[in-house]
Amino acid sequence: MSDATTLKAPRVTDSSLRDGSHPMRHQFTREQVRAIAQALDEAGVSVIEVTHGDGLAGSSIQYGFSATSEMDLISEARSVCRQAKIAALLLPGIGTVRELKEAVERGIQVVRIATQCTEADIAEEHFEIAKKFGMEAVGFLMMAHMRPPAVLAEQAKLMQSYGADCVYIVDSAGAMLPRDAFASVKELKEVLTIQVGFHAHNNLGLAMGNSLAALEAGADQLDGCLRGLGAGAGNAPTELLAATLEKLGCNPGLDVFKLMDAAEFIIAPIMPFQPIPNRDAIALGYAGVYSTFLLHAQHAGERYNIDPRDILVELGQRKAVAGQEDWILDVALDLARQREQRESVR
Amino acid sequence: METGSAPEKRIKVAIIGSGNIGSDLMYKLLKQPGHMELVLLAGIVPASDGLTRARSLGITASAEGIKAVLENPEIKIVFDATSAKAHVRHAKALREAGRIAIDLTPAARGPYVIPPANLGALLDQENVNMVTCGGQATVPIVHAASRVTPLQYAEMVSTIASLSAGPGTRQNIDEFTETTAKAMEVIGKAQQGKAIIILNPADPPILMRNTVYLVPQGEFDEQAVSDSIQRMEAEVQEYVPGYHLKNPPVFDIRVTPWGKKPVITALLEVEGAGDYLPKYAGNLDIMTAAARRVGEVVAQRLLAREQEAVA
Repeated sequence: MSDATTLKAPRVTDSSLRDGSHPMRHQFTREQVRAIAQALDEAGVSVIEVTHGDGLAGSSIQYGFSATSEMDLISEARSVCRQAKIAALLLPGIGTVRELKEAVERGIQVVRIATQCTEADIAEEHFEIAKKFGMEAVGFLMMAHMRPPAVLAEQAKLMQSYGADCVYIVDSAGAMLPRDAFASVKELKEVLTIQVGFHAHNNLGLAMGNSLAALEAGADQLDGCLRGLGAGAGNAPTELLAATLEKLGCNPGLDVFKLMDAAEFIIAPIMPFQPIPNRDAIALGYAGVYSTFLLHAQHAGERYNIDPRDILVELGQRKAVAGQEDWILDVALDLARQREQRESVR
Repeated sequence: METGSAPEKRIKVAIIGSGNIGSDLMYKLLKQPGHMELVLLAGIVPASDGLTRARSLGITASAEGIKAVLENPEIKIVFDATSAKAHVRHAKALREAGRIAIDLTPAARGPYVIPPANLGALLDQENVNMVTCGGQATVPIVHAASRVTPLQYAEMVSTIASLSAGPGTRQNIDEFTETTAKAMEVIGKAQQGKAIIILNPADPPILMRNTVYLVPQGEFDEQAVSDSIQRMEAEVQEYVPGYHLKNPPVFDIRVTPWGKKPVITALLEVEGAGDYLPKYAGNLDIMTAAARRVGEVVAQRLLAREQEAVA
């Protein structure tokens, strides 16, 4: 481990208004977005991500409909920020260049383009067009726990060749251990000439630990959400990242107390529940499945009277990837059928 | 629509494009020619595997592309399995030469065709487009519901094995979502359509999966919708044997932009026939199988017209 004094202050992106859209069931209001974006801006957060949880055009039956159009929410966030850049998430296959163009018109300056960690080449067009629009383009390699660092590095190099300014290792399933976070970030740092980031989920209680391991490995960018408001057991809490980075001597200019206040007085009162590594959320990290499956699996479990953990473990065995929420119903029906067959045998 | 006995007369057809799709279609036309006789596979790379394979199967192969097709006036139907860019050129040449084009590229110079939904209405078109693999898999289900009850909204999610997604799909993934959504509206008759595609890298590769979500406009008869969808499964199976519903349609109440509404969910799986491409590539199989179906019905139509002319 390197000496604390050698750590470089990472850029911190807050994703409360994007990853937080999952526990909020995509019901953020204009007022909430304004209040949260303004507090983050005043606390010195330099990038604020605002989009449907599953990225541009994620509003659907598959993932849940947005109560308010994400484009309007982007405009609201833009209108209250003085120094922060607004980012949008785009998953090729869900969102298209058309929505990217509209988000640019609404005032985003950063686009984070996400693919399953083996499928970077579906995003070539999106990176090229983002750069043409003058955007900062960040690549997201999702479900990174499914592949070893060398494969992730190859995919990251593709994103770099398309024009990415940074590539993130994204632990979408919250299934990585600190040594995995360290090794994958280190590998990317060695082969890329651009920046490297890390996006953590707390399903195994390791969001902070993994973020710090990534920092030790040289990560230039980290993600947080106030109060950890994100999918599954949530993300690294932004206020906690700020306090910890401060103690490590590498605070990128975040106002720790202002972030603590924003978490306490703006986010906490509107959260439908506090994401924590509880029974079902731990199962996400344990089975290695996409964190956003949590609420959908609980819903299906209730309807078909199945333990949601059994659904999640089966999805892990079937190697479900990011965005495959429709497989949850499929697995629940299969498990219900198997149970009926067992019972009829008895 | 198709009979088992060997027809006396056949329509001569050609395939342009000697890649995966062209090769799989060639095997299908040899295995089940119906009223078609495949007389030419045309590519543009002289030593390509596709052309070599065609010759070894006794099919005339040419590296002259569209030129070879135009030189043989007996060819009446041409399957184009090249690229959107090439098809724009081919479409014009074929039209001028009076040949019927069945377009498997995303070029969409002619109307979309989904066999069980609108093939009957397009038999006299000079150019028809096969939409997308996801469209061939899901628009029949949208059509099955909308023939029973008007639809506010239709959404589809296609999951295909990474290995079955070629460079064409990967470089133009927006085209898939936009074209498929449009076909759900134009042919499926949903007021609004939405499409999502996911590539899954699991090893061994997964079979092609599709989920269709439907929101009817008003009250509807669940049994009638369910029956219509299950009838459609059988209609598609006539030409894509590996097409099946994983479960009878599921009815659920969901929060939608139109309030709390009943949502119909159909889970589909497409296993390829394994003619040339592996069985997991149901997405490619359904394209070539649907194109063969269109070719067969058009060929029957041409033969019937010839007979009328004789009589």
